[in-house]
Amino acid sequence: MCLGVPGKIVDIDGDIATVDFWGVRRQVRLDIIDEPAAVGDYILNHVGFAIRRIPEESVAETLSLYEQLMAEAADDAMTSDIRGEIAAASAMAPEKGRA
Amino acid sequence: MTGEALKFRDPELARALAAKLAHQMTEIGRPVSVMHVCGSHEQAIAKFGLRSLFPKALTVIMGPGCPVCVTDVPEVDEGVVLAEQGVHIATYGDMLKVPGTVRSLADAQALGGKIHVVYSPAQAVELARSMPEQEVVFFATGFETTAVVTAAVIVDNPPKNFSVLSAHKYIPPVMEIVAEMPESRVEGFLAAGHAATITGWAVFEPFVERHKIPVVVAGFEPLDILAGLVELVELVKEGTPRVVNTFPRCVTREGNRAAQAELWRVFRPLGGRWRGIAHVPNGNLRLRDEYAHVDARRRFKIDITKLWDYAPPHLANQCICGDIMAGIRNPYDCKLFNKECLPENPVGACMVSNEGTCKIWHLYGGVPDLSEVPA
Ligand code: SF4
Ligand code: SF4
Repeated sequence: MCLGVPGKIVDIDGDIATVDFWGVRRQVRLDIIDEPAAVGDYILNHVGFAIRRIPEESVAETLSLYEQLMAEAADDAMTSDIRGEIAAASAMAPEKGRA
Repeated sequence: MTGEALKFRDPELARALAAKLAHQMTEIGRPVSVMHVCGSHEQAIAKFGLRSLFPKALTVIMGPGCPVCVTDVPEVDEGVVLAEQGVHIATYGDMLKVPGTVRSLADAQALGGKIHVVYSPAQAVELARSMPEQEVVFFATGFETTAVVTAAVIVDNPPKNFSVLSAHKYIPPVMEIVAEMPESRVEGFLAAGHAATITGWAVFEPFVERHKIPVVVAGFEPLDILAGLVELVELVKEGTPRVVNTFPRCVTREGNRAAQAELWRVFRPLGGRWRGIAHVPNGNLRLRDEYAHVDARRRFKIDITKLWDYAPPHLANQCICGDIMAGIRNPYDCKLFNKECLPENPVGACMVSNEGTCKIWHLYGGVPDLSEVPA
């Protein structure tokens, strides 16, 4: 449950980013990211929130293990943790509580 | 396990690192035990068969690295009692089978309790919004990395019918506990990269100062782990304890400052038991008074003592999870491992989550025979 998963920002609306995870698009909250992120950046998503902007020079390296794992059977423990992290981001734009 | 090790992104480098480790251990000339505290590390070690690449004299133990496994029995009981009071419980899927004193959340669900599996605290908030007449409690588990996200939804004006039952745990204090156990032979810690993403690696400096035990922050890719171990064993060999960050692509010295501020704004550290380990001073994260209105413990009367009339299941007394997480024994030392205790019907918490040592060893085998790995 706590692996985190990298994805690429394709759109930003306030505190919410639309992030692409290997073709699956999800909404990820940006409230607690370590530094401002822009469209085109990769972030690490953990339970629906971006916890880090991945520096550009580290993107390829970070993606490689995930790519290998994503290719594995869905019932593998690490693979299912990663899929869980993708599922953690919500499919629709969540309503924000801030009035 | 055959062939798994072939999947190294760079087998050459893996072999070079393994050879380096062997050389270091020969120079040290005695057995050394080190501990990691990360379920994802153990998954990678077991899945890629790394233990077969380690020198015989080097023991790599998984410590209390899974937040689900260390959720204490009374904490599960609190969730069960709330469910039995008719409150909706939202929690991570791994929590359902964790044994309580008499019932797990899954048992409570089978008896009509309203338990919802969520992947994110934000989904628990959405659930509360979708049924404003019902009380929804998010049963929160996880280490600091995950607690930060719980904090983020708490400060974001959740609806009035939403509250949090926090079983969040904070890693640095438990390293102290393990280091101080009289039976402990741990000479170095491999710290989890993603946890340190939030806290930064400086958080380990006071620990190193006090215990003279080195800490290396490592990523969870097989090569990251091997490289982290080489660094750690080097520090053991040199007798120069300090913190080394081998995962700069994810971890900085300061960490994510804004997230830390959010974490400590909402939570305060409080002593409490970790299942099977011990009482850990400052090891639990509880809601501060300012957020009492979101704290399920203060919003509801949760009387777990009524569960205690029952004797605990007899098998549970034989579970040695605690010794396993303290690094004193391994799952093969447990008589129940892979017999009475299986993922479908776990006796102890370490068999429940994908990050529990017993579950991981059940899935991948702990010390696989990798004689077929090309040398
Ligand atoms: S939160 Fe950190 S320590 Fe826990 S499993 Fe994830 S990466 Fe490892
Ligand atoms: S195999 Fe089951 S009973 Fe034995 S230590 Fe592990 S979790 Fe406990």
